[in-house]
Order: sequence, then structure tokens, then C-alpha cells
Amino acid sequence: MANAHAVKRYRGIMDWLTTVDHKKIGKLYFGAGAFFFLLGGIEALLMRIQLMYPMFDFVSGQTFNELLTMHGTTMIFLAAMPLVFGFMNAVVPLQIGARDVAFPFANALGFWTFFFGGLLLNLSWFTGGAPDVGWTAYVPLATEPYSTRGVDYYSIGLQIAGIGTLLNGINFLATIINMRAPGMSFMRMPLFTWTTFVTSALILFAFPAFGIGIMLLTFDRLFNANFFDIAMGGNAVLWQHIFWIFGHPEVYILILPAFGIISEVVSTFSRKRLFGYSSMVFATALIGFLGFMVWAHHMFTVGLGPVANALFGVATMLIAIPTGIKVFNWIFTMWGGKIRFTTAMTFAAAFIPSFVMGGVTGVMLAVPPADFQYHDTYFVVGHFHYTIVGGVVFGLLAGTFYWWPKMFGKKLNEKLGQITFWTFFVGFHLTFFIQHFLGLWGMPRRVYTYLEGQGWDLPNYVSTIGAFLMAISTVVLLINVVITTIKGEKAEADPWDGRTLEWSIASPPPEYNFKQIPLVRGLDAFWKEKMEGKKEMTPAEPLQPIHMPGPSILPFMMSLGLFILGYGIIYHRYEFDNAFLGMLFNSKFVAILGAVIFFGCMALRSLFDDPGYHIEVEELQEKEVRA
Amino acid sequence: MDRHPARADGYYEKVGLMELIRWQKLKRVFPLLLAFSLLLSGCSLTGTEPGPLDPRGETGQEQLTLILLSTGIMLFVMVVVFVLFFYVIIRFRQRKGDNEIPKQVEGNHKLEIIWTVIPILLLTILAIPTVAFTFGQATDYTEDPDAMLVKVTAHQFWWEFEYPDYGIFTAQDLVIPVNTTIQFELTASDVLHSFWVPALGGKMDTLTGITNKMYLKAEETGVFKGKCAELCGASHALMDFKVVVYTQEEFDAWVAKMQEPVVVSEDVARGQEVFKSKCMACHAVDSSIPSIGPNLDGFASRQVLAGYLPNTDEWLVEWLTATQELKEGTTMPQVPLTDEEVEELVKYLRSLK
Repeated sequence: MANAHAVKRYRGIMDWLTTVDHKKIGKLYFGAGAFFFLLGGIEALLMRIQLMYPMFDFVSGQTFNELLTMHGTTMIFLAAMPLVFGFMNAVVPLQIGARDVAFPFANALGFWTFFFGGLLLNLSWFTGGAPDVGWTAYVPLATEPYSTRGVDYYSIGLQIAGIGTLLNGINFLATIINMRAPGMSFMRMPLFTWTTFVTSALILFAFPAFGIGIMLLTFDRLFNANFFDIAMGGNAVLWQHIFWIFGHPEVYILILPAFGIISEVVSTFSRKRLFGYSSMVFATALIGFLGFMVWAHHMFTVGLGPVANALFGVATMLIAIPTGIKVFNWIFTMWGGKIRFTTAMTFAAAFIPSFVMGGVTGVMLAVPPADFQYHDTYFVVGHFHYTIVGGVVFGLLAGTFYWWPKMFGKKLNEKLGQITFWTFFVGFHLTFFIQHFLGLWGMPRRVYTYLEGQGWDLPNYVSTIGAFLMAISTVVLLINVVITTIKGEKAEADPWDGRTLEWSIASPPPEYNFKQIPLVRGLDAFWKEKMEGKKEMTPAEPLQPIHMPGPSILPFMMSLGLFILGYGIIYHRYEFDNAFLGMLFNSKFVAILGAVIFFGCMALRSLFDDPGYHIEVEELQEKEVRA
Repeated sequence: MDRHPARADGYYEKVGLMELIRWQKLKRVFPLLLAFSLLLSGCSLTGTEPGPLDPRGETGQEQLTLILLSTGIMLFVMVVVFVLFFYVIIRFRQRKGDNEIPKQVEGNHKLEIIWTVIPILLLTILAIPTVAFTFGQATDYTEDPDAMLVKVTAHQFWWEFEYPDYGIFTAQDLVIPVNTTIQFELTASDVLHSFWVPALGGKMDTLTGITNKMYLKAEETGVFKGKCAELCGASHALMDFKVVVYTQEEFDAWVAKMQEPVVVSEDVARGQEVFKSKCMACHAVDSSIPSIGPNLDGFASRQVLAGYLPNTDEWLVEWLTATQELKEGTTMPQVPLTDEEVEELVKYLRSLK
């Protein structure tokens, strides 16, 4: 009766492997992102221990290079981006009043390709060395014979993970354009949805450049191509252009959703609508646009000449204007409000001064002659950690405390949350503030050690202490998650007196999100109804059976196929000691096997339609009664 | 919940660390934090040795001007934001029992224009000298008869310096005269590196297959540190060099000395033999010719050994016997040497003044 079509609904582990539900995929992203965040954090701690004392002998230069590469790569591609995607998945369809994303199957595929790509990259630790060339992988260092095979894992692992990112970008563009509830015009969308929209557009334009870049690198390393081989007429600077035309938008891909989270949190906990909503939207789009115009500011010392340097310098300064608009809008959202300092709001508030400090050093770095001094020093390390930790991570933590009840149905403990905040906040500034000065006192970045007597000993020691404070903070957060999961208080549908649509439905939401798609009558749709004395949204459709996409194992299998294919390519001409392994890989059997699995699953998906299933009205009403 | 009737109206009123610490105290936390990190480091703001904040060269001075100008403007921005921010988070906290809905404000055009126009003005103030100095510092002095040309080639993990005007090749110690514009032509032989003398001015990347140009001018004699500033492999951190700034007379004397043919005295003849059979394939001892490894003419007078070690006999023995441990991944292999050969070799190298 309830399931007219004979569609199997899985339970347990199979449920997670086959799900195409955006909320579950959001949780998968969140879990995997958190795992990689811990991994990247441990890598950071190992580096900070090595730098605690001059000429310290904790890890070797080679290991340090592997750590710094994997820390950067992991934090950007495997921690920050998945966590951002976790929130996008968990929140955006709810915020626009949709039942799922536009392409649920592709959404699952996006997650699994990211996961297997990240797994592949990290397996390099156990197979002869992680990549050791920095997350920027500058050639010729990243070509043979100057680096380990880890760089193959880097280029192929990120290629696979990048497919997922690109799929997601396209998916969210389609979702936001097509699936908004009746009445939800573009200028009524919550700001997190807006930033997701702009970020998705950035992904769409930036990631193909990177995909092609690492494809060229793969061909150079594994198939004797000469794109970057100077002796054969290749060009070393070409890589830097390709990398940064992706790499600079990439940092906006990370920070814009954080801006969105901050906008939601600040507005909710000040109990005020966002100040200057339209200018916030405009600023977001402008930052996204300018983000593509400034990549060469990472290359001031490459010798592009004064014309390029001056142009890119001034273009970079321009970004400060829309960013400034945002900062003042947040402050004036709080102005005249009734600010409740929950942990979410505390992180959001602390974000403002911390991110501003990262922003102003960004303008300082945009001055090319001054950058000749800052470039590749700890000043830069300080700067981008202020934007990425003080910006992105503070935003993600605010979002975690804010949306946890909606995602998991339980509220994180506020007292432990405050301990997390204070240790993280103090630890963060302790670690990174002094690094600006280290740079100005002449310490280059990416050095595994330094000689004593240069005035760098104590600042480095202080920086390491700060890193440990942040580690403690993370442990407290983990304890908080465990305690909350075991015996946390159950969250109401609207625990924070929220303003947007996600708070108008149960926590956690049912699989179909909205029993009836809501009618949106203005910005802050749910708040508007509440202010008129209503408890819930006005439905825009009659109660009727809801069509749901069927679960599928194919996304998992396709990604597994890509993983095997990747492995096969990395080792396709490696000389194994073991004759059997040698035969498997050198005959290209492994690579072909992976390709067959991948394309086979693709064919299955194309040839057999997924009928999905319906949730009938009776079941909807039944659930209503139970709830 | 009933235990705290006064706070029953909202979960957020429950005691948290926020309540205990109070925002007012944050005002104390911030300066403390700054003071703490600076005090702990025991350093003056400019550092303990010449560098970007305490430059000894013309280029560095100009760059410091821009650093200070941009810092000044940005400090102003920060002060404005911080004052507003702290005022707001203290003044507009929700008080207990106050559940009134605040006025929903859409925006304010006047304010929004102000915080768009003022940053534009501030950035214009910064952009004008930025563009001027960017073009100024790109001047090419190659054709200038008063300037001296030095060709720099970066290798994993050492620096080669060539003085085409004098026909000298040397390594690790960059010797230059004071108050003379030095025009550099920079390149790299293997991977990318970056040439940086923090005390004299900013850096320039050395690229494989491409020659970059940059000039520096030291305004004070002395020895300054030089660094590689681009990740280049396992021993990137140890790829240091020294810049020795001489007066013109001292510099001329150094050039004359380097141009003299090397005379080998009798007592180091055995060491020279060892050198010829074990080292000569890579290292020249005649400054007039380039070599695969660092040219060792004038080795005994150099500031440091292998870029970062004290140039003493003990460290030289250590270097010859544990090369790869002291500089992981260096292209110099561990040369098999007997203790006696090491001893003779050290004597010989010490004679290369």
C-alpha cells in the first residue's frame, strides 16, 4: 500500500551506501570531512612540534614536506570543502522549500567520488611516501625525478575527488535555479542559499581548470608528456597560472559559504533581518566575479613584469570593498538587536574581528613591492590561516552548533560548546598572530627547521602552544558530539527562533522534508509567518502522494571503479618485486577492470530507469500522528 | 530548569562560560593576547637582525615605506571595525527577561554609501604609491655602466654567483660592494627556487629555463643572510647563503684575490691529490671556470659551510663523512673517504683562502 512500486528501502550500512537523500549525503559529507579535518589537524600538530625548537629533530625534512603538502591538500580539498558541502546538502534544499536536490543520484555520486579520491590520496602514506611538493605542486619539483610517487596519488586522487566537486557545483546550481518553492524569488533566498549559488558557479568555472592542470601533470609523470618539461620546451610558469586561476577562486569557494553561515547565524541570534540584504547579495556576486580576476597576485615574484603586477595588485585591493560592505552589514545587523550569545553566535561574532584581521593583511599583500618581502614567508602563512581558520573554520563551527539540531535532532551541549569556543579562539590567535611577525623577521614558510639566534625561537614556541590549544578545543568538541549523541536533549523543530524555512519542519526532517511544499511570502519566510501569529507555513499544494527517488548502490560502485582505475594508472608501469602484482598492473588489467566497473555501472544507470517510489498520503498522515 | 527561575525564559540565559567571563573582560583579553605573544617572543617589533622591518638597502627601504603605509591604513580600518564591533556586542546583548522583538531594519542607503566610498578612497591612497613603486622597482640596470651585473643560478640546495665583468664564479657567499646598484640575472638549474636577502629587499623567483631580473643596493657594509624562499625539496630550509657587503676597496681586493691563480703549497699536496681523484669531477677550485658543484675557490674565507654550518674544521670533517645526514637529498653523494684522506682534504680545503 505505502510503496506502490517494489522498491527496496535499505537499513543499516546498506542504507548509507545506497542513499540518495540529500540529508543523509550531507551527514556523510560531514562525517568524512570531520575525519579528514582531524587527520589534517594531526599533520599540523606534527609540524608545529617539529618547529617548536630550532634545529629540532622530530621529523626529517622529507617527512616535513610530506606533512605540509598533506596538511594543505587535506584541509582544503578533503576537510573544508566536504564540510561546506555537508551544510549545503543538509540545509539548502530545506531553505528553498524543496524535497531534494535536482539530481539526487549525481549527488550521491559526488560524495563517493570525493570519498574514494581522498582515500586514494591518503593511501600514499603507506606506499612509499605522501606527496612532498606543497599543495600547490609547483613544477618542476612536482615532476620526476624531484618528487615521490606521492605526487601521482595527488594528481589522480584529486582528479577523482574533483569530479565529485564539479558534480556538486552543477547540482546546486540546478537545484537553486529550478527547485525553489512557490514565492521564493531569488531576492527572497536566504543568504546561505545565495552564497551556495555563487560558490557553485565558481566551482563550475574553476574546477575544470584544475582538472586539466592535474591531467597535464599526470601525463607528464606517467605517460612521458612534456607540458612542464623545460628541456623539451615545456614551461614552468604555465602550471602556476593554471593552478592559481583555479586556486584563487577556490579560497572564495570556501569563504563564501562561511559568509552565508555567518549571515544566517548573526541575523537569527540578533533577532533582526539581515541589514542591507540586497547589498549582501550584490557583494557576494561581486566577490565571486573579482575572484577570477586576481590569480596572479600569488605570482608577484615570478617576474611577470610591472604591468601585470600593478594590475593584479590593484584588482586585488578592489575585493576589500565588497568584503567591507559585508562586515559592516553584519555589525549593523547586530546593531539594535537582542544578541543571544549561544555557542553558534559566539563563533559568528568572533569571526568578524578575526576575519577582518585576515582581510587587512590580504590588502597589504596586494601591494606588489611589499609582497616581494612577504611572499613565501610566515606572514603569508599567518594571513591565510586568519582567513581560512578565522574565517572558514569559525563559520563552519558556528554552522555546526547552529544546524546540529536540524541535522541530528539533538542540541549540542552549550557549556562544552563555550569551552570549545574559548580554547579555539585563544589558541587560534596565539598560533597565527605571531606568525605575521615571524614572516616580517625573515622566516620563510615551508621550512622544516631554522637556526637559532634569529629571534624566531620563542615565537615558534608560542605558536606551537596555540596549536595545542586548538587541538584541545577539537577534542572537547568531539566529546560534546559523543555526549550529545548518547544523551543530548532532543531538539524542537525551531530551537533558535529561526527565520528561514528549515526551521518550519521537524528536527530532523522526514525523508520527504515538506509534507506540502510551503508558500513563501517574503524574505525570512518562516519568521514572517511567525510574526503574523502562525505556527507553520501556508501550504502551496494539496496533500498528495510524494514521489521519491529510489536508493542505488551504483554511485558507490562507480566511485570504486574510478578508485581501482586510478590505482591501475599510478602503477601501470611500475616495476614490482612481486611477479604476480607486476603482471596485474603492467598488463593494465587493474586499470581496465576499474574502467569496466565504472562504465558498466554507467550503462546500467542509463539503460534501466529508476522508477523511484511514492510515499502515500496515508503514510504521511500516519507519521504526522506519530510525531 | 526550575532551579533557575530567573533564567527560565530562555535556554541561552543558562550559565555558560560567557556569563562567567563577561564580554567586558574580552577587552582585556585582546591586548593581553597581543602583548603576551610579543613579550614572550622577547623581540622588538623589528626583529633581532636586519630584515624587512629594519632594511639596509634602498629597495628594502622603499618596500618598508609601503609596508608601513598599508599597515597604517589597515590599522585605521581595524580600529573602526573593532570599536563598532565591541560597542555592538556589549550594548546590544539581550538582557534577562527582555523578549521584545527588535525593530526589523532593511538597510540604510546613506550608511551603505559611506562604507563603500571610504574604502575606495583609502585604497586609492594606497594604490597610487603601489603602482609607482611597482614600476620603479622593475627598472633594468643592465646597461647602466655604474651598476654591477651578477648572475645567480640556484641549485638544489646551493647558490652559484657569476660576475661576468670580472670572470669570477663563486658560490654560497655573494660578495658585493656597498652603495652600488647590483643588477641580478636570476635562473635555476633544476627546480624553482627564490632568491631572497631580507635585509636588502624583496625576493625574486629563480625559474628553470627563464631568466628574471632584479636589482638591489646595499647601503651598509656587513654580512646579511640570504634565503631560498620557494619550496625546493627536502633541504629547502637549509638552502641559505650569505651576502657580504664590502667597501669598494675591500671588494676590489677580493676580486683581485679571486682572479689570482691558486697556488698549492707543499704540505697540502697529498690533500690536493685526494681532491683531484674524489672531488674534482664536480668542484672547481679556480674561480674562472664554472663547475657542477659549488666552486671552491676562496672556500676557507667563506662565512659558512654548506650554506648553514659553521665553517670550522670539525664541521668540515662532519660534512665530508655525513653529507646526506647534514643536507638530506643534496646532490653531493657520500664520497667514500678514509680518515686519513679526510684529514688531508680538510688541510687542502683550508688552504683555499
